[in-house]
This record gives sequence, C-alpha cells and structure tokens, in this order.
Amino acid sequence: MPAQSIWTLLSWGPDGWSDDIASGVLVTIVLALATLPIGLTIGFFVAFAKQHEEPSLRLAANIYTTVFRGLPELVTLFLFFFGMPLLLQYLVRLFNPAATIDVNSFIAGMIVLSLIFSSYASEVFLSAFRAIPKGQYEGGYAIGLSKWQTMRLIILPQLIRIAFPGLENCWLSLLKDTSLVSVVNLAETLRQSGVAARVTKHAFLFYSVAALIFLALAILSSIATGHILRHLGRRAVR
Amino acid sequence: MSVSQAIVVDKPPPLARGWPRARIVGYALVGVWILFGLGIVAYLVYAWNPEFFARYAPAYLQGLGTTLSLVSISMLLGAIFSLPVAYGRMSKNWILSGLAYCYVYFFRGTPLLVQTYLVYYGVGSFRPELETVGLWWFFREAFYCGVFAFSLNTAAYQAEILRGAIESVPRGQWEGAASLGLHKLQTLRKVILPQAIIVALRPYGNELILMIKASAIVAIITVYDLMGNAKLAYAKSFDIQAYIWVAIVYLVMVEILRHGIEWIERRITVHLHR
Repeated sequence: MPAQSIWTLLSWGPDGWSDDIASGVLVTIVLALATLPIGLTIGFFVAFAKQHEEPSLRLAANIYTTVFRGLPELVTLFLFFFGMPLLLQYLVRLFNPAATIDVNSFIAGMIVLSLIFSSYASEVFLSAFRAIPKGQYEGGYAIGLSKWQTMRLIILPQLIRIAFPGLENCWLSLLKDTSLVSVVNLAETLRQSGVAARVTKHAFLFYSVAALIFLALAILSSIATGHILRHLGRRAVR
Repeated sequence: MSVSQAIVVDKPPPLARGWPRARIVGYALVGVWILFGLGIVAYLVYAWNPEFFARYAPAYLQGLGTTLSLVSISMLLGAIFSLPVAYGRMSKNWILSGLAYCYVYFFRGTPLLVQTYLVYYGVGSFRPELETVGLWWFFREAFYCGVFAFSLNTAAYQAEILRGAIESVPRGQWEGAASLGLHKLQTLRKVILPQAIIVALRPYGNELILMIKASAIVAIITVYDLMGNAKLAYAKSFDIQAYIWVAIVYLVMVEILRHGIEWIERRITVHLHR
C-alpha cells in the first residue's frame, strides 16, 4: 500500500477520516446541548435551595455541590457507568428476576455531565442571587405578586443577566468535559480521532485535529455568547 | 389620660415553627442523602472482603503517592513556566503578548485529555526522530508525558492567575514605589507581590484542587496513579467498591485541601478584618 498523503487521510469519504470525525463532532455538540438545559435547571434549583432560609434545604444543597465538585469527573463517570446498571439491576430483579440492564454511554455521560455542570452552575447562580437586593423581592410582594410570580417576572430576568458571564465559563468547561465520555466508548470527537490515529498511525495529526476542533467549538461559542450578551444589553456594563 | 402612662407594646409572638413546604422538601432531601450515605456504608460493610482489601490497599497507597507526586511536580514546573507566560501576557510588545495569548488560549480552550493524548500518543509517534535527539526515554514513560502535559496546561492557568493578581494591585502602588526610588524588581517583590498573593491564594488553591481531580485522567494513558489502580482493581475483580473507595479518597483529599486553603486565607487576611 502506498503511503497516503495527509490530505487523503483528511478527505471526506472512504479513504479519509473527515466524515467519521464530523459525526463525532456532532455527537459532542448534541451531548453538550442535551446536558445544558438539564444542568441549568438543576443548578438553578440547587442555588435556590442554598440561599433559602430553611437550614435543611441549605444542607441538602451543600452536600450536593460538595460531592460533585469534590469528585474527579472521571471517577463520577466510572461510578455511574459501572455502578448504575448494578443498582438498577438489583432494583429491577426484585420484580423481574430475568431482566438485564445495559446503560447507554450517551445517557450515562449526559447524567454525569449534568451533575457536574449543575454543581458548578449553582455556585454562579448563588452569587447572582446574592447580588440581587432584598428590595426587589419586597417590591414584588408589595404590588401583590405571588412568590412564584416575583421569582419569574422580577428576579429571574435580573438573575440571568448577572449570571451569564459565569455560566459562559461553565459551558466552556462542559464542552471540554464531553471529551471524557470518550473513555466509556461514546463515539464523540476524541474517540473518533483516536480510532483514526490508531488505524493510520498518524497519532499526532489526528489528535491535533481533535484539539483544533475543540478550539473551534470554544471560539464559536464565544462568538455566540457575545451575540447573546449584546442582546441582553450588558455589553458595556462591566 | 396621663402622659406618664407608658405605652406597652407586646412583641408579636414568634412564628410557629410548623411545617411549611420548604421544610418538608428540605427534610426529605436530607433524608435521601442520609439514605444514600447509609446505603453506601451498608454496601461496603456487606461487600467487605478482607482479601480484596489486603490485595489492593497497598496498591491504592502507592497510587496515592503517584498522584501526589504527579500533581506536585506539575504544579511546581507549571509555576516556574507560568512566569515568562505571565510576563508575555502583560508585555507591551505585541509579538510577545500575542504569543503568550495564543499559548494560554490553546491550553485553556482544549480538553486536558486531548493534550495528554497529543503528548503521549502524538509526540510519542515520532520515535525515530526522538531517538536521534535523545529524548525518547522521556516520551516513552507515560508518567513523564503526564507531567509534561499537566505542567504545560497548568502553566497557562497559573499565568492567568498571576496576571490577574498583579493587575489587581492599583497603579498607584507602582508609582509610589518608583517615587521612593525602588527599581522594578524590588517593587514587585516588596510592594506588589505581598498584596497580589492575597488575591491569588484562592485561585491558586482552586487550581491545585482542579489538578488533583484532573490527575485522574493519567490513568487512561496507563499511569498507575490512584485512579489507575482503581481501574486495575475493577478490571480484575469486577467489584464496584474499587471505585467507591477511590471516590472516598479523592473526596477526603479535596475537602482537606479546601478547608486548609480557607484557613490560610483567614490567617493572611487578619489585618483586613475589623
């Protein structure tokens, strides 16, 4: 077999690896985007609990962030990927002794990334909660809004503006953390590049491609968040 | 009606403690955590296996040593290498600052796992060239590759911490020192750094914690650190307690560090509290 030039290797089609890597990039993006709403919702509620006057709520939320910020991402991933099927199997076998359970690596990755993302996002939301003066709540109650209405109509719009730069950082680290899911055989960018590297023996080339893809995703997201920031009207305020 | 008649106002009675919804939810969530913790303890007791323990506990200890030495060497090398990078970032020379910016952007914008692969598998694939230069012994060892990648990565983060801390000191401090006749290095050492360290302590502590957590990924490039030994133990025994033990060790390590950093911060900011 003649030595293939790197352009052949990087081409689209049966000889090249671009199509395989592109499908990996798609998985990376879908994984990150699927994690985002779940993580944001959990993060918001955890932050809400952390600044609540009820001590037991605060305690529960603090345990959550201590655990998921203290564990290495990889350990959390392995614990869930290998431990969750055992637990589910144990529970299911109580009803149906013949059942077997397999956990999809996409779902496991999504759950683990949501846990990690939400515990970091909750810190951002918490400091945003603290930046909103008490008068905003009192004003809301004074004009007769209910607690839920005050939260939705008065607090939340301000909260999002204050929290946005911090959440952008969380999003960037989420994007990078998706690469860890390659370890449990999810065919995302890094995994696909790794396969290409092993098959073609051009490890440096393909891992550089993976690095550049992650860099491009980071640049794209900062362009996107720049647009959103301008839309939120906080571009000039620092 | 006499004026002397004091107006006695009763305090409103304290609110009944009662069971508002938040408290019910809070107790329920704490209960879930307690159940979860008890479940893990019960599992570890139930699955207690002296053989497993005798076999893998020494390996875990040795892995802990590998993790700690990997992290400390990388932090130290990163700290040294972050000095020129931070200098470049603050430099007015656009070539220098551009180079430093690209360096920092690359290492902060790509996953550490990719960087580690790039060093271990990528650079390692140039074996003949490395052998002629005489560097093959270095890139052959997964541990050295891990140290290399981690040092470069943490140097980028530490350079940003250093730059942020130095720039947080007001310009007047530089001008004041200059008017006293101190030259730049003296100013940096005697005036700027003592103030910058207070700002930098917390980010440095966070970076250390992040490095300890991130060090788990060297297990993937076959280094037998704490995580690597857990992987090995799991692969041999298919016993999930391999990962539970390692999770506990990491959690304890991170918590000790976190509280230690908070304690140091309280100590060195005593003069700022009133």
